[in-house]
Amino acid sequence: MTAAVADAHDHHDDHGPAKGIGRWLFSTNHKDIGTMYLVFSLIMFFIGGAMAMVIRSELAIPGLQFVHPEFFNQMTTMHALIMVFGAVMPAFVGLANWMIPLMIGAPDMALPRMNNWSFWILPVAFGILLSTLFMPGGAPAGGWTMYPPLILQTGDAFPFLIFSVHLMGLSSIMGAINVIVTIINMRAPDMSLLKMPMFVWTWLITAYLLIAVMPVLAGAVTMLLTDQFFGTSFFLAAGGGDPVMFQHIFWFFGHPEVYIMILPAFGVVSEIIPTFSRKPLFGHDSMVYAASCIAFLSFIVWAHHMFTVGMPLTGQLFFMFATMLIAVPTGVKIFNWVATMWRGAMTFETPMLFSLAFVFLFTIGGFSGLMLAIAPADVQYHDTYFVVAHFHYVLVPGSVFAIMAGAYYWLPKWTGHMYNETLGKAHFWASTIFVNITFFPMHFLGLAAMPRRIPDYSTQYADFNTVASIGAIGFGLSQLLFVWVLLTSKKGEKATAEVWDNPPGLEWTVPSPAPYHTFETPPKLNESHGFH
Amino acid sequence: MTTHTDERYYVPHGSHWPAVGSLGLLFMMVGVSNWLNGAGAGFYIMLTGLAIIVFMITGWFAAVIGESEGGLYNAQVDKSFRQGMFWFIFSEVMFFAAFFGALFYARNMAIPWLGGESNNFFTNLLLWEGYESTWPSNGPGNMGGDYEAMPPFGLPLINTALLLTSSITLTIAHHALIAGKRAQVTAFLAMTFLLGFIFIFLQGFEYVEAYQHLNLKLTSGIYGSTFFMLTGFHGLHVTIGAIMLTIIWFRVLKGHFSAEKHFAFEAVAWYWHFVDVVWIALYVFVYWM
Repeated sequence: MTAAVADAHDHHDDHGPAKGIGRWLFSTNHKDIGTMYLVFSLIMFFIGGAMAMVIRSELAIPGLQFVHPEFFNQMTTMHALIMVFGAVMPAFVGLANWMIPLMIGAPDMALPRMNNWSFWILPVAFGILLSTLFMPGGAPAGGWTMYPPLILQTGDAFPFLIFSVHLMGLSSIMGAINVIVTIINMRAPDMSLLKMPMFVWTWLITAYLLIAVMPVLAGAVTMLLTDQFFGTSFFLAAGGGDPVMFQHIFWFFGHPEVYIMILPAFGVVSEIIPTFSRKPLFGHDSMVYAASCIAFLSFIVWAHHMFTVGMPLTGQLFFMFATMLIAVPTGVKIFNWVATMWRGAMTFETPMLFSLAFVFLFTIGGFSGLMLAIAPADVQYHDTYFVVAHFHYVLVPGSVFAIMAGAYYWLPKWTGHMYNETLGKAHFWASTIFVNITFFPMHFLGLAAMPRRIPDYSTQYADFNTVASIGAIGFGLSQLLFVWVLLTSKKGEKATAEVWDNPPGLEWTVPSPAPYHTFETPPKLNESHGFH
Repeated sequence: MTTHTDERYYVPHGSHWPAVGSLGLLFMMVGVSNWLNGAGAGFYIMLTGLAIIVFMITGWFAAVIGESEGGLYNAQVDKSFRQGMFWFIFSEVMFFAAFFGALFYARNMAIPWLGGESNNFFTNLLLWEGYESTWPSNGPGNMGGDYEAMPPFGLPLINTALLLTSSITLTIAHHALIAGKRAQVTAFLAMTFLLGFIFIFLQGFEYVEAYQHLNLKLTSGIYGSTFFMLTGFHGLHVTIGAIMLTIIWFRVLKGHFSAEKHFAFEAVAWYWHFVDVVWIALYVFVYWM
């Protein structure tokens, strides 16, 4: 029996993908699983985007026009849950799956079967979550932050919401364990930790954050569940609990979660800017330390999301100063990107354009974040459209643009063909213009005190809302250009192994498209790959 | 027997177990949600899901054990498994941290504030007049009615002794495995999981005692909530750990594991020590202080 097992194994490495649905359902191949993650996140991006269209249509002019207020609230809640857990996070896991083994010279992820399970939990989780739209009482409408006691008024959807969040957590934790183990254990023998590419570094830190905080979210929603169905008093003042306690536990997860969505974006941009500046990344090691600092600080700033709910003055001061401290390592990163470009022989292909827009627009989101960090000022901004503007600036032209940049950058490596550069540039310019038309006016709305999560508003907010809605619909339509790019991605000229002009990294040493199995034996690093 | 050297990487072939696991999770989650919503069929859908999950776990582990015993795994795979287990346990630690966090917050913040401390004089006066903060507490609403707290010296102390002893017997078994004394491994491993099962039995006895004589229930305000959720999740982990130890015991009887290679044994041992450490924190913060 032993011999038979060993025999079967010896041959399997040589053949290509399995036939039919089994290739995807039973896959242990990091490239196939990465592709599934990316396609899944794109589908979720459009479902969540459709919900955003409902929101912006309703808000285009004052008054109630298209949907009931209850349904509007369901849309804001589901839009956030789907975009955070269904679009942005899986997209980065997809990029990690595809690129980390290629970048560190590993044959696959360290635990390939668990990798497969991490992905296949997601369709279950989001199938359950989306099914709540058709239940009595509708989908959850209490906001993605699920604050009690409001969220406890959810109808039949309530337990489905809780368990779908559990499943998302399960998937993320297993995915993160896989990333860490792959990076620590599967690197090419002479790739020391500080020789690792930045994308690998930022994902290592992100994975650590995921394992640390997703279980805390699981704990928080479990307490909601037992409060609702089993008579516990975690969030009930009459029983000695406190609804504010949920907010503390939730944001202990929620703030690191913010960095979970942006650190891999930093990594992607740190890969792209050196390539198109034709210079090595400025201050590689300081980038590593900065990312580590950001990760550490992310654990001790959570209550800046809750300055207005009531907390001791010392608490407000601590969380305010700790939050503003994050600007230091983030500043290190921004300046390092700029220094990388300084006197570089720059060209502006689509991935570079998205990366440049990222640096510029993410910084705007960072600055509005600093404004929100100032506790006395936050009392004015809290729960207004200023907050909506802030986190959309860091998430859309931040995380989403970085995902787009990464997709364009590595697409030729995945498909073996150059994408249509003209279409790519059109996609970039349309996205960049419309994203600003959508979210920039929201700063003004927020400063004028328009509250978030409302289907109707006072008439003085009318014009800026119309502008934002026009921008949103334009941004939504622009993303169809990306689908067009993907559909025509195999029609372009054949890509070389290097694809770009002497880019750094091991992923460019394998042919394009990357063969089904790569690095079956550990590679040797040399200077031509950017390693010294 | 070893067909692989470390120069060549090992990548396992495809497996249908993850997909089976996802199907099981689908049934279980949809079932339990329907059940909680009051739909009778939900319970049976949940059981179906649970059965699929048990089937998946059995089949998946059987496949991996077969491959391991077949000599497919090289030292690098062993290392990946070890690191994976370490991070899994870390995630479990953080899960318990959420509930310990709730306990500390309630004791040090929520309860004193309800009693009027800090700037909450009027909260106390207008909402909960006459409520004085103490611990343990079922809150100003006296949720679940009058109750008695679980005394720390008695059953819980015996349980502490049982779990600590079981960690020692497990370590003796581990050293015996490395020294190649198989009979000693079997004996001390058996002692370990028996101590674990006795712990669970006594914990169940304590729950009956709490419900029948102390009127201490899950619904007894924040004290009841934190008491039962922390000890309950811990008990669940002891149960899982004891079952895993039992399976390891059967594998030892079948002649699995060598002095050099016994990842599964060590993984379960780590898990058991983790459960032990959580108990010590529990005993100190839930029962004693």
